[in-house]
Amino acid sequence: MTGLSLTEKVMIGTSLLGGMSGVVGCFAVLRGRSLVGDMLAHAALPGVCLAFLLMGTRNLLGLSLGALASGLLAIAAVTIIVRWTRTKEDAAIGIVLSTFFGAGVVLLSQIQKPGVGGSKAGLDAYLFGEPGNMLNGDLVLLTVVAVVVLVFVGLLFKEFQIVCFDTDFAQSQGWPTLRLDLVMMASLAVVTIVGLPIVGVILMTAMIILPAATARFWTNRLHVMLLLAGGFGIAAGLFGTKLGRGLPAGAAIVLTAASLFILSLLFAPQRGIVARLLAEYRLRKRIAREHLLRALYELSEAQLPELITLDLQTIQDYRYWRSLESLLQQAVEAGELQRSGKTFQFTPLGLRRAAKLTKAHRLWEMFMMQHVGIAPDHVDRDADDVEHLLPEGLLIELEQKLASEGRLPDVVEEVPISPHSLGADKATRP
Amino acid sequence: MILQTPIFAAMPEVTPGQWVVLTGAATNVACALLGCFLVLRRMSMMGDALSHAVLPGLVVAFLFSGSMSILPLFAGAVACGLLTTFLIQTLHQYGRVPSDASMGVVFTSMFALGVVLVKKFVSGLHFDIACVYEGTLELVSLADPIGGLPRPLFTTLLVLLVNLAVLVLLWKELKLSSFDPALATTIGISATAMHYLLMTLVAVTAVASFEAVGSILVVAMLIVPAATANLLTDRLAVMVLLSAAVGVASSVLGYWAAAFWDTNIAGMMTVAAGLLYVLAVFLSPRYGVCSTLVRNVRMSLRVLREDLLAMLYRVEELGSQKQMTAAEASEAVGGGWLVGWGVRELVQKGRILRDGERLQLTDKGRQDARQLVRSHRLWETYLVQHLGMPLDHVHEPAHRVEHFINEQLRQELESEIDPSRQDPHGRDIP
Repeated sequence: MTGLSLTEKVMIGTSLLGGMSGVVGCFAVLRGRSLVGDMLAHAALPGVCLAFLLMGTRNLLGLSLGALASGLLAIAAVTIIVRWTRTKEDAAIGIVLSTFFGAGVVLLSQIQKPGVGGSKAGLDAYLFGEPGNMLNGDLVLLTVVAVVVLVFVGLLFKEFQIVCFDTDFAQSQGWPTLRLDLVMMASLAVVTIVGLPIVGVILMTAMIILPAATARFWTNRLHVMLLLAGGFGIAAGLFGTKLGRGLPAGAAIVLTAASLFILSLLFAPQRGIVARLLAEYRLRKRIAREHLLRALYELSEAQLPELITLDLQTIQDYRYWRSLESLLQQAVEAGELQRSGKTFQFTPLGLRRAAKLTKAHRLWEMFMMQHVGIAPDHVDRDADDVEHLLPEGLLIELEQKLASEGRLPDVVEEVPISPHSLGADKATRP
Repeated sequence: MILQTPIFAAMPEVTPGQWVVLTGAATNVACALLGCFLVLRRMSMMGDALSHAVLPGLVVAFLFSGSMSILPLFAGAVACGLLTTFLIQTLHQYGRVPSDASMGVVFTSMFALGVVLVKKFVSGLHFDIACVYEGTLELVSLADPIGGLPRPLFTTLLVLLVNLAVLVLLWKELKLSSFDPALATTIGISATAMHYLLMTLVAVTAVASFEAVGSILVVAMLIVPAATANLLTDRLAVMVLLSAAVGVASSVLGYWAAAFWDTNIAGMMTVAAGLLYVLAVFLSPRYGVCSTLVRNVRMSLRVLREDLLAMLYRVEELGSQKQMTAAEASEAVGGGWLVGWGVRELVQKGRILRDGERLQLTDKGRQDARQLVRSHRLWETYLVQHLGMPLDHVHEPAHRVEHFINEQLRQELESEIDPSRQDPHGRDIP
C-alpha cells in the first residue's frame, strides 16, 4: 500500500466509502429515513469533542468511537421522542440534530480555550472533510468497515428486505422488527461516522442518499438496487476524485453523484422521466386513434354491412377532436381507412378493429348500468376512459354474462371448417 | 440616509451582553413564528434543507454585488429558496422520489455546488463556510451599526417584522392550508402558493440569522421552540405565542449559561431550547410523560378498585359465609403493588370494612358493586344475543368494558336484550 500515490489512495478510499454508503443508504431511502444520515453526521460533533477532551489527542479511532456513541444516542433519542411524545418524526430528527450540534459547538468552544491544548483545526477537518489527508491507516479502517458492513448486509438480507417493505407483516411473522430496524440504523451510523472525516457532514448525507435514490430508478428488486447503489457510489468516488482536481474533493464527489442521479432521473428505462413521458404519449396516441375508430363505426353503423364513405365535416362535427387531420392520416397509414379527397371509408381491417372497440365500450356500459347502477346518460364518459384498458379475459367474461342473460347472442367467433382432415398429420410424423 | 439615523438615540446605553440577548431573542422569535407552521406541516427538515441550499444563491449574489450587504443576499436567498422548493416538489411529484430523499438529494447537491462556487470564484475573501456553520453572536455589538442597531440585530428585526406581517395578514390562509390543504384549495386558497411563500420566508430568515447563529443552529431555532409549544397546546394562536416565548426564554437562559461557563453563546441557546423541550416532554399538562403516567396509574387504580368490589360481591352472591382475606383478594385481582393502595382507598371511602385480614362490603360498596356486575352481565348478554359470540368468549371483553358503562348505557343495553333476568352463564343480572 505504501507504493500508492496520494491521489490513488484518495480514489480508493472515496470509492470504498461511496460503495458502502450506497448499500446502507438503500435501506435508509426505502425506510423513509433518508435524513437520518444527515442527523447522524451532525449529532456526531459532541461525541467527537468529548472524546478529544477525554483523550487529549486527535486519535482517529478514539474520535470515531466518540462520534459513534453520540450518533447512537441521537438515534435512541429520536426513537424515544417519536414513541413517547406527540412530536412527529421530522421534528424529532430536527430537534435532535440541532440540539446535539449546539452542544457540540459549546464543547468545541471549550476545546479552543487556551490551556486545553486544542486548536479546532483538526476538528474542523473532521466536520468538513479532508479527503486529501487520506492515510494508510484510514484506508485499512475503511476496508475493514466495508467488509464488515457488506457481510452483515449479506447475512441479514432477507430480514432487512422484509422489514423494508412490509414491517407489519414482518412483525406478525414474529421477526424482531424493532431490533432489526435498530441494527439497520446502527450500520448506517457506522458508515456515516467512518465517512465524516473524509467527505464532511453535508457531503456524507449526500453519499447516503444519492446513490441509493439513483439506483431506485433502475430496478424494483432489492438485491439489484443494492448492487447498483454500491456501483454508483464507487463510480462517484472514482470519477469525482479524478474529474474534480482543484475543487474541494467532497463537493466534486457529490456533484458527480448528483449528475448520475439526474441522468437516471431522465433516462432510466421504466421509472425515468423520458421513458414515462414516452409511454404516456404512446397511450394518448392509441386512445385518440381508438376514439376515432369508434366514432367512425358509430357514424356508419346504420348502413352496415355496407361500408359507406364519410366526409371530413361529418366526422368533425360528431365529437370534439384535438387534431383530427393527423389522426385520420395515421389511420390511413395503418391501413384502417381509405382516403379519397375529403372522404374516408373503412377498410375491412379498420372495420374489424372498430367493431371490437365499440363492443368493448358497450359491454362496459351495460355492465356499469346493470351492476353499478349508473344512469344511462352517465356511462358513456366512464366507458370512454376504461374501454382502452379492458383486458381480453374480462371482455369475454362480460360477453358470457350478458349472453347467459339473453341480452347478447351467444356466438363463438365463426370459424371455417378445416380444409384438411384433423389429427391425420400426427400419424405421418415420426 | 434614513438608515443612518439613530432611531434609539434616546435609549439608555446598551451593553454588549444585552445586544447579544436582543439579537438572539429577535432571531429566535423570527424563526419560531415560521417554525410552528413547519412543525405542523411535518416539514421541519425543510428548515435544514433550505438553510444549506441557499449557499449557491448567496455566492452568486455576492459575486454580482461585490459586497456582503444584506439586500443582494436576501435576493439570492429568495431565488435559491424558491428553486430548492420547486426542485424538491418536482422530484417528489414527477420523479417519484420519496419526499425525504428528494429533500436530501436537492439540498446536498445545492450545497456542494455552493462549495465549488466558493472555491472557484471567491478565493481569498472572508466567505468562510465554517463561519456560515457557526455564526458569531459574540461579536454582535462590534458589527457596523445601522440606524443605531448592530447590523445582525437590524436584519433579524427586519425579517421578524416581515414574518409577523405575513402571519397577521395571511393568518387564516396559512392556518387552513397547514391543517387541510385540500379544503384550502377547494375554497380558492392556493395551498401551493402558501407553501412557496412559507419556504421563501424560511430561506430569508435563515440567511438573516447566519451572521448571528449559523446555519445549523438556525434549524434549532426554527424547530425546537415550535415543537415545545406544540406539546403544550392544541390551538395554533397559542402555539405561535408560546413558541415565541420559548424562543426568548431560551436566548436569555442560553446567554446566562454561556456567560457562566464562558462558552459559545449561540450553541448554549440551542442547548437551552433543547432542555426546555425536554422539560415540556415531561411536564406538559396534557401530553407530558408525567401527566400521562399519572393518568394511567389513576386509571389502573380505578379499575383495580372496581374489580375488588365486584369480586367481593360475587363471593357474597355465592352465599358462602367465608369472608375473603386481603391476601386472597389481592391474589384474585392479579396482585401487584397497586392492590394494597386500592384496598386502602376503598376502606377510606367507606366501600369496604376491614376487620383484621377479613374484607367485607359495606352497603355503599355493595351498591357500587351491584352496578358493576350489572354492567358486566348486561354486556355479556348483549354480546351473545346481538353479536352471536360464543359463551366462552364474552367474559374477557365484558371484564374490560364494565368500567366504562354508565347508567344510561346500562338502560339502553337492558332495552336491547331479551327481558330475561339472567346472563348467558345463567346468573342473575342484579
